[in-house]
Amino acid sequence: MPFFAATRSLGRAGLFSLSVLRASRPTADFFAELVREIYKIGARSLPIIAVGGAFVGLSVTLLGYRALETYGAANQISALVGLGLYRELAPVLTALLFIGRAGSSIAAELGLMRATDQITALGLMAIDPVAKAVAPRFWAAVICVPLLTGFFCSLGITASYFEAVHVLGIDAGTFWQVLRDAVDYRHDFLVAFQKSAVFGGTAALVAAYVGYHAEPTIEGTSVATTRAVVNASLLVLMFNFVLSALLFR
Amino acid sequence: MSPDTPPQDIAVRLTDVRLDRGTRTVLSGIDLTVPRGSITAVLGPSGSGKSTLLAALTGELVPAAGQVEVLGQAVPQRQRALLELRKGIGVLLQGNGLLTDLTVAENVALPLRTHTKLPRPVIDRLVAMKLHAVGLRTAGDLYPRELSGGMARRVALARALALDPPLMVYDEPLTGLDPIASGVIMSLIARLNASLGLTSIIVTHHVHETLPVADRAIVIANGRIVFSGTPAELEATTDPLVLQFLRGEPDGPIAFDTAERSRETA
Repeated sequence: MPFFAATRSLGRAGLFSLSVLRASRPTADFFAELVREIYKIGARSLPIIAVGGAFVGLSVTLLGYRALETYGAANQISALVGLGLYRELAPVLTALLFIGRAGSSIAAELGLMRATDQITALGLMAIDPVAKAVAPRFWAAVICVPLLTGFFCSLGITASYFEAVHVLGIDAGTFWQVLRDAVDYRHDFLVAFQKSAVFGGTAALVAAYVGYHAEPTIEGTSVATTRAVVNASLLVLMFNFVLSALLFR
Repeated sequence: MSPDTPPQDIAVRLTDVRLDRGTRTVLSGIDLTVPRGSITAVLGPSGSGKSTLLAALTGELVPAAGQVEVLGQAVPQRQRALLELRKGIGVLLQGNGLLTDLTVAENVALPLRTHTKLPRPVIDRLVAMKLHAVGLRTAGDLYPRELSGGMARRVALARALALDPPLMVYDEPLTGLDPIASGVIMSLIARLNASLGLTSIIVTHHVHETLPVADRAIVIANGRIVFSGTPAELEATTDPLVLQFLRGEPDGPIAFDTAERSRETA
């Protein structure tokens, strides 16, 4: 029965998430792995986040300018860009880019570790594979995705500034003043960070779960990678709606 | 082995064990005693259930019936107690299981860093000793992808020995190795067993390479133990089932059914 199978999978995923939290102990080895993972999945994601943020900023500015100009409100373009990025676009798009870049690699790495007996070997050496291979990746994602979201916003707003001021003729002082008046530090900026942390954790858990439980074959790894990207992306979009409804006034 | 051997002289004892994979019984009626300090070869054709037997020894597979005792205690089912028991069992896996993002030295140091509070210089010294024992002292900075098959197997052996376990289990240690590398691995296993006072169980289908170093041999086929004795007794046997395996004959009492085998190994 598909319903029972889905319920069982959900239960297993929940237990797996609990085991990740339980296995997260602040040892020297854990921090060494954490730093390595932050570099691998965080620092190395910076280029795509930069390019993504800049082009989203440019697109929103162009579309928003055309719409606002109709009503003589073109000066409000930075409010539209700022609120759009902080409240919705940056957390969601950063999470989706992160899933494509790092979530897939988490699933593939764990799937290959399973296929090449590395996870079995850890267990046989009396080393908890979840503590060694999964927990550092999870916490690295929880730390990195909010920072990447901040980076995404910075690049988006910078690109928007250059387009609005130097191409569309908006006054530079007005651009910054409207942005500062519209975007609230606590209600927009910090909430974006919270949402991003949830998205990062969700993406890492989904990717780790499907990678860790992949069939120990090349095909199994490939299936796990695809499943990680699809499932994590859908979950992020669903969680975004719930969190936006709960957190934004 | 004599049934009245003192318990302290027994490293592994299986009593009327039945092992299932899913709903299918792979092995049944398994009675096996491995004396401390010995090298026991577990032989049998591919898919006969040798790796399943190994999984029962390491607690990965819970027996459907019977009892498995390792190092004087029943293999526990609780995770914490099982991890504690595994510190006393070194396992050399068929696929080596070396962590690919760690160097050779880091791989060997991993169990030491995790399970001991030894200072870094002592761990470095121990790692150098373990690598020296397998003839790879200068390979510490290499990554697993830079090693040949034989070297990787020896690194995995050094890592399995890192915590000085009293019991070593080798799962198909010669698979994928050329004759020279096979000879090196077998002589290493014999030398380490003697010099470190280990007990070794070698699970393999490489009969002719393994028997010269083994003290005892058992043969598994058709879901049960079909021979148990010394290598000399094995070579003198007239049992047609054992002879078919030893001579590598396709026709005989051991079924050569690929569909059946693939299900067994799954």
